[in-house]
Amino acid sequence: MPHAVTFQQVSRHFGAVRAVDAVDLEIAPGEFFAMLGPSGSGKTTCLRLIAGFEQPTSGHIEIFGETAEGVPPYRRHVNTVFQDYALFPHLNVADNVAYGLMIKGVGRAERAREAEAALEMVKLPGYGGRKPGQLSGGQRQRVALARALVNKPKVLLLDEPLGALDLKLREQMQEELKALQRALGITFVFVTHDQGEALSMADRVAVFNEGRIMQTGTPHEIYRRPQTRFVADFVGSSNVLSPDLTARLGGPRQWASLRPEDIRLDTDGHHRGRVIAASFLGSATRITLEIDGETLSVLLPSGSAVPEPGEEVAFSWSPGDLHVMGDEA
Amino acid sequence: MTAAAASGPSAILPGRGGIGGALSDAFWRNPKLLLFLMLTPPLLWLGVIYLGSLFALLMQSFFSIDEFSGVIVREFTLKTYGELLRPSNLDIIIRTVTMAALVTLAAAVIAFPIAYFAARYAKGRWKAVFYLGVMLPLWSSYLVKIYAWKLILAKEGILNWLFAKLHLTFLLDGWLALPVVGGNSLSVSPTGTFLVFVYVWLPFMILPVQAALERVPSNLMEASADLGASPGQTFRNVLLPLALPGVIAGSIFTFSLTLGDYIIPQIIGTSHRFIGMAVYAHQGTAGNIPLAAAFTVVPVAIMGVYLWLAKRAGAFDAL
Repeated sequence: MPHAVTFQQVSRHFGAVRAVDAVDLEIAPGEFFAMLGPSGSGKTTCLRLIAGFEQPTSGHIEIFGETAEGVPPYRRHVNTVFQDYALFPHLNVADNVAYGLMIKGVGRAERAREAEAALEMVKLPGYGGRKPGQLSGGQRQRVALARALVNKPKVLLLDEPLGALDLKLREQMQEELKALQRALGITFVFVTHDQGEALSMADRVAVFNEGRIMQTGTPHEIYRRPQTRFVADFVGSSNVLSPDLTARLGGPRQWASLRPEDIRLDTDGHHRGRVIAASFLGSATRITLEIDGETLSVLLPSGSAVPEPGEEVAFSWSPGDLHVMGDEA
Repeated sequence: MTAAAASGPSAILPGRGGIGGALSDAFWRNPKLLLFLMLTPPLLWLGVIYLGSLFALLMQSFFSIDEFSGVIVREFTLKTYGELLRPSNLDIIIRTVTMAALVTLAAAVIAFPIAYFAARYAKGRWKAVFYLGVMLPLWSSYLVKIYAWKLILAKEGILNWLFAKLHLTFLLDGWLALPVVGGNSLSVSPTGTFLVFVYVWLPFMILPVQAALERVPSNLMEASADLGASPGQTFRNVLLPLALPGVIAGSIFTFSLTLGDYIIPQIIGTSHRFIGMAVYAHQGTAGNIPLAAAFTVVPVAIMGVYLWLAKRAGAFDAL
């Protein structure tokens, strides 16, 4: 079985800007795939390359084994949930959802039936008669999802779909999206700048920076074994240790990553540092240690004793927690 | 901390003083006062001068003229409106409305691609070029433009010359030989009147359509394509419905301006009269103010019906 999406050395340049730069990518059928990166890292351009809104400057794209470059969006069996939903303001919710079916020439009665079924799937039954302007952000998001899913796409593309929702709603939608993806078995490609979202939802994550993929892997791999300094810092804001500091802390003279939550403060710890700041995060407290001019973040679980700024503390970690990385930024 | 706050400037600044300060404070406390002061003069102007004269006009149309003495009889009657239905007058109305409809249609068809380009693709310098190109013709005198067109369309004009050079004179002659639209030359044919109307009113169609298209988010086009719609289907199902309020706004201009114009058909075209010319003749030379008023009510009524139909067809749903 071919991959759902394949990128071979795909680049998309806008003038001198290399939005996407020689990206190789393979997404398996039925996978929940997240593209994670800061804004301007090329993840959305990659999504638009799959949708067909952008054409690659060079390279080759396949969707389920078929060449995609040069094929317009309307001939791709791929649907998108847009960041700001892009619902048609002049159509009511039912007509929005049924738009793809209407274009395909499905009869009015069947269209209405399928649109209502799709609205039920996203928990908005009976909302068909309303206009998009009368819905809340969360409801619009669900309509956008129903409008895409009603076409039973081979690949569903989601462009930061939860970005505009408040925290509570976002967490709820994360679970629903995951459940929906499992139930439908459709390949989901999800773009986000929120590492927590990517880690909690995706089967695999590609971390983007400056138009390139820095690392692809399961959330666990990405989190526990970041291959580059960027990935370590961007995903879970790990401590990125310079070769000097790693050596001083007893490791090889190489760049390394040490997760803040893996560091323990204990009196018999081998290393010492001075607390220079502490901030309360709710479920934990983050303190910043200074060791010979370099800083280290430590995440203390709530309930543990928090040292005052200025105090000298001893700290340690389990041997496996210090993860040595390559030289690549 | 307290010492710094106490020694710094006070948290509440003193009033500015004077009439200006008092007025600013009063307007800030009572924004409606400012609104009232700003709106009263223009509303009075509109209400008294504009609506008042329109009402006076409406009154006039219910009077009649005594056919022997030529004196206006100030008694309510529908006789003047009855006169509108005489074949010669009905002819004028039908001719004018048909022309206005055709001009509007042609202007919309020509304006749409131009407006689309300006709204979607023109950036920076090209946007300036677009606005200049559309507005520049409006800056020169309307009469100059019409006489220029008379020369262009004349038998010895550049258009005839061009057709001759292209060996296509037979096409032009064939068209001019047609009944209704044809004539001796373009400058004395209804086709000529039509061309000049379209040219003169085109900016009034382009600008509102461009404004409407500018408000259509481009991701709606993408969403439509994403859902399988070809560019043609996207145009019909998304772009046109969303731009329709702009097209209707533009058509109000082109339609009503054509309905009321009396100069273009007088200079370019046949001797057949249009509503504007009839109004001009009746209130001027003939002194038949009631009939002139009744003629003037026709475009108003037509525009009312037109807007009502447009609203019923859902043209303003996207507003």
